Amino acid sequence: MLSVSSVHRDAVVATCIRALPNEGCGLMLGTSDGTVTEIVPSPNVADSAKLYEIDSGVLLRAYRRSEEESLLVLGVFHSHTHSEAYPSPTDVAQAPDPEWHYLLVSLRDVSTAIRSFHIVDGEISEEEISL
Amino acid sequence: MTALVRIPTVLRPAMGGDTSVAVEGSTVGEILDHLTTNHPAVKGQLLNSDGSLHRFLNVYVNDDDVRYLGGVDAPVTNGDEITLLPAVAGGTL
Repeated sequence: MLSVSSVHRDAVVATCIRALPNEGCGLMLGTSDGTVTEIVPSPNVADSAKLYEIDSGVLLRAYRRSEEESLLVLGVFHSHTHSEAYPSPTDVAQAPDPEWHYLLVSLRDVSTAIRSFHIVDGEISEEEISL
Repeated sequence: MTALVRIPTVLRPAMGGDTSVAVEGSTVGEILDHLTTNHPAVKGQLLNSDGSLHRFLNVYVNDDDVRYLGGVDAPVTNGDEITLLPAVAGGTL
C-alpha cells in the first residue's frame, strides 16, 4: 500500500497540470512502510505528451537526499494526458526497480484519476492508495 | 586511478550484493570495462555492444552526468565517485 497525504497528492497533481500539454513526472521519497514524505517534481526531459523521463540531476539529488534523511526513493509518478491511469507497455518495459511504487495520474477526464502499481518482471499489480 | 563506483539497488544481486566497489581506470569507459569484466552479467545493462553507454543508464562522476563530460571518454581522477542509476522513464506509448 502507498500512503499519500492530501498535501502530497495535490503536489503530484499540480506538477502534472503544470507540465501540460506534456506528461508531468517526479519522484516520491518516503519510508519503508510506503508512506510518502516528500514529492520531488522533475522536468520532463523527454519534452513529450506521450513520454516522460526524469531529469538526471533531479534523480541524483533525490538519491543523495534520501540517504542524508534516511529515507527511500519510493517510486515515481507521471501523468497520462489522454489515457487512463494504467501502466503502458513503455512504462512496463522501462520500469527500473521492482521495489518501486509507480503512481499514475490520468488527466484525460474532468475528474483526475490516481492509481498506484507495482511492476515486477513485466507483471503489473495494482495496490491500494491510502489518501 | 581508483574510483569508488556506487552500485544501484537493482544491480546488486548480480554483483555480489556490494553497495560500492573500488575500480581502476582513467575514464568512465575504462571503469565500466573493468566493472563488467568482473561482473559480466550486468554488461548489457550498462553498455551497448559498441561500448557506448546504455540509453537507460545514468552515470555520474561525482555530481555531474557524464553525458555532459564526454560520455565513456569522461576523465576520472583518483578518489572520484562514480554513481550508476537506471534512468527513470516511460510514457503513454
